[in-house]
Amino acid sequence: MASREFNVRALPGFGAVAIFTLVMLYLPIIILVIFSFNESQSQSAWGGFSLKWYVAAFNNSQVIDVSVRSLWLALVAAGIATVLATLAALATTRVGRFPGQTMIYALINQPLMVPEIVTGIALLIFVAFLKVQTGYAGMGYMVAAHTAFCIPFAYLPIRARLETMDLTLERAAADLYATPVQAFTYVTLPLLVPGIVAGFMLGFVVSLDTVVITEFVKSAGQDTLPTYMLGQLRRSVTPEMNAIATLFLALSLVVVSLFFLITRKRG
Amino acid sequence: MKRDSHRWKWILVSPALLVLILAASGPLLIVAVYSFLSPGNMGGVAWDFSTDAWFRVFFKRDIFEPENVTLNADHLAVFQRTIWLSLQTTVICAALGFPTAWFIATRPANRRMIWLFLITVPFWTNLLIRTFAIQEMIRNTGTLNTALLWLGVIGEPIEMMYTDFAVLLGMSYVFLPLMVLPLYAAMDKLDFRLVEAGYDLYASRFQVLRHVILPLVKPGFIAGSILVFIPSIGAYVTPRVLGGGRSMMMGNLIGLQFGQGRNWPLGSALAMVLLVIVVVALVFYLRITTRETGGRDGQS
Amino acid sequence: MKRHLTLGLAALLATSGLVHAEGVVNLYNWGNYTSPELLEKFEAETGIKVNVTDYDSNDTALARIRQGGHGFDIVVPSNSYTQTWINEGLVVPLDKSIVTNHGNIAPEWVDVDFDPGREYSVPWQWGTTGVIVNTSVFKGDINDAGIIFNPPDELKGKINVIPEMSDVMAIAIYYAGGEACTMDMDVMRKVRDMLVSAKAHWKALDYGTVDAHAAGDFSAGIYWNGATMRARLQNEDLAYGYPTTGYPIWMDSAMVLADAQNTENAMTFINFILEPENAAMISNFARYANGVTGSEEFMDEVMRNAPEIVAAPELMAAGRFSPACSQEVNDLQSQIWTEVLQ
Repeated sequence: MASREFNVRALPGFGAVAIFTLVMLYLPIIILVIFSFNESQSQSAWGGFSLKWYVAAFNNSQVIDVSVRSLWLALVAAGIATVLATLAALATTRVGRFPGQTMIYALINQPLMVPEIVTGIALLIFVAFLKVQTGYAGMGYMVAAHTAFCIPFAYLPIRARLETMDLTLERAAADLYATPVQAFTYVTLPLLVPGIVAGFMLGFVVSLDTVVITEFVKSAGQDTLPTYMLGQLRRSVTPEMNAIATLFLALSLVVVSLFFLITRKRG
Repeated sequence: MKRDSHRWKWILVSPALLVLILAASGPLLIVAVYSFLSPGNMGGVAWDFSTDAWFRVFFKRDIFEPENVTLNADHLAVFQRTIWLSLQTTVICAALGFPTAWFIATRPANRRMIWLFLITVPFWTNLLIRTFAIQEMIRNTGTLNTALLWLGVIGEPIEMMYTDFAVLLGMSYVFLPLMVLPLYAAMDKLDFRLVEAGYDLYASRFQVLRHVILPLVKPGFIAGSILVFIPSIGAYVTPRVLGGGRSMMMGNLIGLQFGQGRNWPLGSALAMVLLVIVVVALVFYLRITTRETGGRDGQS
Repeated sequence: MKRHLTLGLAALLATSGLVHAEGVVNLYNWGNYTSPELLEKFEAETGIKVNVTDYDSNDTALARIRQGGHGFDIVVPSNSYTQTWINEGLVVPLDKSIVTNHGNIAPEWVDVDFDPGREYSVPWQWGTTGVIVNTSVFKGDINDAGIIFNPPDELKGKINVIPEMSDVMAIAIYYAGGEACTMDMDVMRKVRDMLVSAKAHWKALDYGTVDAHAAGDFSAGIYWNGATMRARLQNEDLAYGYPTTGYPIWMDSAMVLADAQNTENAMTFINFILEPENAAMISNFARYANGVTGSEEFMDEVMRNAPEIVAAPELMAAGRFSPACSQEVNDLQSQIWTEVLQ
């Protein structure tokens, strides 16, 4: 680490731009939060402090339904994606080049690259076909679509963790005649946990965020919070929306904080 | 470490690949097939081979004079707006992101995490919530106009919603962290002795920036640009909410064909065009990065 | 590991199957159109829970249902689409043993040409599509579609047009001197050119803008009467204009889907909304008339004699019930409409 005695690192105006950027990033969100506590329905005039929009949100059974569904879906999809991504990362990291590697990388990262609207319409066509053929129209399709979308996000931190992991312990385990399964269970896996947790959290947040794919895949009664909000945005916007948004903001904040605390130990 | 056959690798990786092929990549093939079919009656497709959808992507037959074929100016305008807005978004994100990333990278090590955290939080906030927040800011009766009116800066509200500007603002807002993070990653690894050496050789701040810093963080710039450009070009929600059906981008044009446009093959063909643009951008990116980093993949 | 995963997946599929369990009905309806109190009352009375999903155009709904595997039970299309739904076998006839309130349908809404005798559909709400104007911005005659198609300077760039093809095309065709479903190419060419050049002066083509109109984000637009009324109740400057050249009257009707999973519950719901008191709840929420006899006495005071519902006879006379057009006409209109939208 270079010392900071002379300000070789300072570039004029950069600090100001950085502060400006940060303010710009937060201003809309802060305003949104503030107006969720507004007594009046206005988004621009302050009418006094009130929690009534939170009460309204909690009494709105549709909001509760879609929120629970979103959280459930995010947990399940991120969970499955994390398991699959862990297996994939173990298979593709620290192994040198092997045939088919490029194809595997391309497939895993595909959801990051293909615009959501394209995946959305593709799934609309495909899923509708499957629903008619199988007669099954449950949440399975949503889980599959969200899982696929979460895999690259779960994969990246797990792979990064694997790449930077200390190999000597594994070798020591092997020297002590541990079977590969034992070495994995008692050595590799515990070391990998921060990466796995980080991957799960990324997947969780990404699933909570996914709108377009959900909009095209959902069947009756499968609205998630984002698709419900999209419907709301097309019509009357009340501070109830701000209240819901604020609650989910708080949730994201918790998840990101945990993510930072966990990944920080790594460095 | 044991070196087994490749088989176990495939066994481990196959569940993930299976899900990806079934729920992400595979269905794209259907879109390709659909682009060569005929539109069904009021939506859907008829299983007749046709290249009409592809023809219509680029050309237009006048509704009333079918023999009058022209370039499809409407589509080209949407393509052009999409690419132009995406480029502008990338430039704005770079202009704001570079100083911000630099600022963070030059903080003392223990504070850097906090700054990084602050930049990341909005990014992990629901995209719709952020778009909604922007909408409430820039409406005629939104916070910004109300504040400016109150301050007496303007006499009547500035019309911002439903314009290209609104979409640009929204996309820059939403995608900015995607630029800051790779730039920061590149700067974090920066060897500041090189910067010091520059100053020792009596270079001005600008010269150091231009000849030392920028070349060193270029991979971060390229990664950030691609990370901003690709979601911008496929944006759907932001232009839909902030553009209000007037400032349409390619994502919305595709969505339209699957709804009121009643032309699924055309929508599929447009989706393929969008995919091609993304692939071109990616190939461009890979070529630059392999040249810059001497053959390694450009992961920063 | 694998076994656990399979078990997990199986458990997952089992729980998600609950969506179609007893006591549910899935309503697919226009956004901001369904009274939450109505659903609560229905659930309290019958124990059946109603899930509502929104759509924003007749085309979206039709395309979705046609694809199959959607899981919806009830849909509420407009009159000009009703026959398409019936002819394609997407909906089933009403089960009169459950829909015992069938006789409550107002006589004038029974023998409608889109469903003679009401074998398949029951009225949800009906209304008109006209012009919403902020009278503090525009002082002229508001009963004029020219406000939208040839806007005066003070309204340029402040207009919102609902993105619903059949409504906008109808007003435009009437304004251009044609009849609904016309194949007169001169008229249609005029309509196309008029819409394309007018669009340059529109600010948005957005759906569901009650608050935006009330807040003054727009100063005029093509809008539905009930939505206009909701906006007017928030902002007294807003007024509803009835274009004298002609404007569409429409009715959205509830129907039960052929591939419904909860047909009996759906029929129960259909019967429920034909109770005058319940029909009035729908109207009190969305501010449209409903076509159920005896519902008037349960309607809010503001609904009676509202200028969006009751107007001078000569204005009322300009309204025309939208017929269903032929496929050929639909194709032509949707081509023009797509050209306008993009």
